[in-house]
Formats: sequence, C-alpha cells, structure tokens
Amino acid sequence: MTGIANPVEIYNQLYAKSPDIETFEQAALTDASAATERTPPEDIYAPQAATLVQARPLTELETFYEIKLDSGLELGHEPGQFVEISVPGFGEAPISVSSSPTQRGTFQMVVRNVGNLTNALGKLVAGDRIGVRGPFGSEFPVHDVMKGKDILLICGGIGLVPVRSAINYVLDNREDYGHMTILYGAKTPADRIFADEQQDWSKRDRVSVLETVDDPDEGWQGHVGRITALLPLVLVVPENTIAVVCGPPVMYRFVLEELKKMGMSDDSIYLSLERRMKCGVGKCGHCQMNGVYVCQEGPVFQYSTIREVMEAI
Amino acid sequence: MSTRKLNQEVFGLWVNELIARQRVVGVQAKEERFIFGSLSKAEDLRLDYDVTLLPPKKYLLPQREHLMEFTAQGEYESRIEHEPFILFGVHPYDVIAISQLDAIFSAGQYDVHYMTRRRNATIVACDVQTVSAHVFASSMNTATVQDGFDLLLTKIGDDYLADARTEKGEELLAIVSGGVEPAKEDFAKREEVWRKNRESLRKHDLKCRPEELPALLAKSYDDPIWEEKARHCFSCGSCNLVCPTCYCFDVHDDMNWDLQTGTRTRACDACLLNEFAAVAGGHNFR
Ligand SMILES: Cc1cc2nc3c(=O)[nH]c(=O)nc-3n(C[C@H](O)[C@H](O)[C@H](O)COP(=O)(O)OP(=O)(O)OC[C@H]3O[C@@H](n4cnc5c(N)ncnc54)[C@H](O)[C@@H]3O)c2cc1C
Ligand code: FES
Repeated sequence: MTGIANPVEIYNQLYAKSPDIETFEQAALTDASAATERTPPEDIYAPQAATLVQARPLTELETFYEIKLDSGLELGHEPGQFVEISVPGFGEAPISVSSSPTQRGTFQMVVRNVGNLTNALGKLVAGDRIGVRGPFGSEFPVHDVMKGKDILLICGGIGLVPVRSAINYVLDNREDYGHMTILYGAKTPADRIFADEQQDWSKRDRVSVLETVDDPDEGWQGHVGRITALLPLVLVVPENTIAVVCGPPVMYRFVLEELKKMGMSDDSIYLSLERRMKCGVGKCGHCQMNGVYVCQEGPVFQYSTIREVMEAI
Repeated sequence: MSTRKLNQEVFGLWVNELIARQRVVGVQAKEERFIFGSLSKAEDLRLDYDVTLLPPKKYLLPQREHLMEFTAQGEYESRIEHEPFILFGVHPYDVIAISQLDAIFSAGQYDVHYMTRRRNATIVACDVQTVSAHVFASSMNTATVQDGFDLLLTKIGDDYLADARTEKGEELLAIVSGGVEPAKEDFAKREEVWRKNRESLRKHDLKCRPEELPALLAKSYDDPIWEEKARHCFSCGSCNLVCPTCYCFDVHDDMNWDLQTGTRTRACDACLLNEFAAVAGGHNFR
C-alpha cells in the first residue's frame, strides 16, 4: 500500500512546489468527554409516519403526491427545503417539497421514477403509508432578500418542483414582491409538468411565464430550444432582481453565463443544487463538495458563496 | 485523578478482573499481525503491538449496524446499542482519530447511535512500545496524547503506569489491588517514553507543519500528482475502510421473510468508489 500512496511523501512533493502557504485556523475538536455527557435527544434518523392523501401521474415518469403527517402536525418547511422519504423495504431518498408553506394540513411533492425507491413509490396509492424526515436544508430567501424585488425563476425539467413552492408562496403574499418571471424548459411537450398551473400563474398580477422545449412535437406552438434562449426575451433590471436557478446539473454553467451578460451580480443569483444525499443531516458524507455539506448549507446557495468551491457547478 | 504503578502480575490480575466485569476489546495477535478483538484473558493482550490491521473505529462505528426496525405499514423503531465495554490499548493517534469521529457525530445534529456507543465505551489508551515500519504519527503531532481517553497506560521498564483522567478511568483503577503510588522517577521515566516516541514515530518526515495541510491540499487541487497516483489505485475503497477517521456511510433496507417487517442498516461507504456521488441522469460531480 505504501508504494501506492504514502501520504507524507505526497504532501512533501506538494509542499516542495508551494512552500509559502497560509495556515488554516483549525477548528478545535470538541472534547470527547464533554460530548459524552450530553443526554441523547431523539434519533435523527427515525422517520415519522405519514399517509398519502393523493398520488397521481403527471407524466410518464413523474408522479404527484400529497402527504399528511400522521401526527396531524404541519411539516413546517420553507420554500426550497427537502424531506427524506422512506418507503419501507426500499430505503430513503431526498425529495423536494413542492407546495408552499402557506398551504396548510398537507404537503406536496413530485417524484421522477429513476430507480429502486422512486419506482416503489410510484406503485403506492392514496391511503398507503410512508416515512418522512425533515424538513432539511436551506431555503429560497423569500423572507428577506427577495422582498420588494423582481423575481426571475429559471427552471429546467423537474427543477420546477422545488421552485413551485416559492412561486406559490410569492403568489400568496403577492404585495411583498415585484414582478415574477418564470422560465421553464422541458425536453419534450410530453415532459412538461404543472402545465395547467403555469396557465393559472400567467394570469396573475405581475407574473409572466415563458416556456420552451428541446424537441417539439407536431402540436407544439411555443418556443423551441434551450432555456438560455428565453433569457434575452425578458426585461430585467439587474439591480432590482433576484434570480433563482434550478435544473439538471448541465444547465447551470450556461444559465450563469447568460445572467452575467445581462448584468446580474453573483450575489443576487440563488442556485438549488442537486447532490447524492443519504442522511440529510450532515453525517454520511455523500453530499459533500469539499468542505461544504449540501444537505446542511444547501441545497439553495447564493452563487457568490460557492463560486470558488471546487466541484460545485 | 490518580495514577498507580502496576507490576506485570498486578497488571494481569487487573485485566482479568476487568474481563470478568464487562466486555473488554483489546489488541491481540492474529498470525503475524495484530487486531482489536474481544478479550477472554489477560495473557492474550499484546500491548507491544506496532499497528493493528483495522483501527478501533469499528467498535464505535461498526462496518454494518442496524439503525432501526420497521413494518410494511411505515412504522419505524430505532434500535440503539447500550452495552458498556472497554476499548483497551488504543494508541495515541487512534485516540485522536476517535476524538475527530466524536466531533463529527456530536456536532450539529446528534447521532444517538454512534454517541450512545461512545458514551458506553471506556477508552484505555496505551503509549506505543514498538515502532511500526511506516509510522508517521509524530509528523502529524499524534505520537502522544493528553486527552480524549479515560485512562493512559505507559510501560516504564517492566511496570505500567496507569493514569486515570476521567471518572470512568478512575473506576477502572479502583478495581486494582496491589498497585503502588508512583514515585517522582516513574513520572520522569514516562516523560522519557513520550520524548522518545515523539522522536522515533517518524519513519516519514513531513516537511511542513500539519496545520498547513488543509491549505496545501486546497491549493494543490489540480496538481498532476493525483492523476499519477490514481493510475496505481484499484478503486477498491479499502483505504476508506482502514482509515481511522473516515466515517462516510450508506443506508439500506432489508425486508424480512414475512414481508411485513424489516431492518434499516447503515454500512461504511467509501468516497473513492465511483458511485459515491453519482446522481440520477448519469451525472457524477467527482
Ligand atoms: C435536495 C434534493 C432534492 C431532490 N428532489 C427531488 C424531487 O423533488 N423529485 C425527484 O424526483 N427527485 C428529487 N431528487 C433526486 C432523488 O433523490 C433521486 O432521484 C432518488 O434518490 C433516487 O433514488 P432511487 O432509489 O429511486 O434510485 P437508485 O436505484 O438508488 O438509483 C438510481 C439513480 O439515481 C441516483 N441516485 C440515487 N440516490 C440518489 C440521491 N440520494 N440523490 C440523487 N441521486 C440519487 C443514482 O446515481 C442512480 O443514477 C432530489 C435530490 C436531492 C439531493
Ligand atoms: S446527505 Fe449525508 S451528509 Fe449530506
């Protein structure tokens, strides 16, 4: 093994190349004995029981769910946060909450069938029970930064799912925000989600919705092409706008370039990042981008705070 | 807190008495190498070991552990291990590694599975007696240790100095009969062991200070050395498994034969495996 990787030798080689480095302020280790004295609270991995109120297909791959916690309590989430959903026998998966906290009693989500757990979830019907942990993670800044501002939402594919929570929140508190522009891109017309709701949103006061698809079918009359092609069509006052980007990993770099060209500053752009997640509570390591735990500090990040983080975008 | 000097005979009696009272996990020989394992008698204890095949981590964060049981109806019940045990003969660098795991599992969200096991563990540390072929502990400032354990054993001549540093350590020491109050020279001998260990546990000499490593690594992200080393790597993840500080895990469900109940298990995972960070749609951020 030492032939493959002798850490000291590697460090020495690196150090020889950059001998002048600053020292990091090392966080002090928590004293083991202090940690051992704390009385144990509840198990952070234990889901609470919940029941599906509604399960209906949205597209060939995606299903819409409405869920009620058996405890009768509210989920208590903020727009942009996610939950860990358990299907007994199939494990757990992080899923965004799609409904606004202004909707009481139940919460909603949309799940794309991609594997083990999501497939099992797809077979469940109203009345079936699942486990729920959370809510976890950071939120879209609806309570502060976005207030009084114009809002530009750029969503690719099921990226619309978490952003829908913010959209409905803004619509339920309409007077607190400026103009809201929703850009949505899907692969094909058949992949579009929440098409009816988009219609409804576009009829609301100071809201515009623009849609595009990559591959149109015969009946499609709207825009064709990448979501970046929609950006030049919207009028943005950069100083007064907060942008939110959520979509497949490949989308971010292109959208960020366009936003920069439009004069948007990095601190007025918020990104919701997807990562492999398991625990949702900063323990399992799966979601780490170097020092950043996406499940804790994200999934919603102000772009300026992660611009320099390797592997982020 | 008290310190006692134990001769070989007293030491053996004490260890056997501990084994009679609770589970003791200690270092033993396995063919030519050494392992941590359940101890059945004092004679099997090998505190003269150089290094163990696996770190003691597996007794605090087992390779597989049941987190909870569930029913098909969506009821989940946590399963938490409560058995007290003694981890006997932990070298200083492994004590420091355990302190790091403690920080990870207790900070922020409190991991009750790990922390209950940790609270039930009494750690008997032991200063290194045999220098291993590739040790670099001293380069990392981990050749000796002053906290993060309950009791410290140091071999001075033919005797052991047993130094209790916590209530739990004190309780173990209270069981000894026949130990004596150490003399000033005994403490001086221990100082000498520490000094020698700091000097000799350094088969590989680090040219910078360990505090500089995080910055050095951050700066060297694109260095060609990583590609070069990766060419020799089998991508097996073993390094994560044997690392005393790696803690990443995966969680999965197993249904029982009745198809009505099942178990949720967490198992050690490895960030160097290809699938570790992959997400749906075939994207991998690494
Ligand atoms: C914060 C967050 C919010 C999410 N919100 C939604 C949502 O609203 N709707 C939705 O449909 N999906 C969402 N996802 C993705 C979803 O978690 C994964 O698709 C799901 O975990 C796959 O589980 P599986 O058992 O069905 O797949 P598996 O059978 O485990 O694997 C199938 C594929 O999914 C990938 N995958 C597995 N586990 C994860 C994981 N934990 N995170 C990401 N990819 C994974 C694998 O690499 C593989 O390519 C979200 C992910 C994150 C991190
Ligand atoms: S999902 Fe486990 S650490 Fe973030």
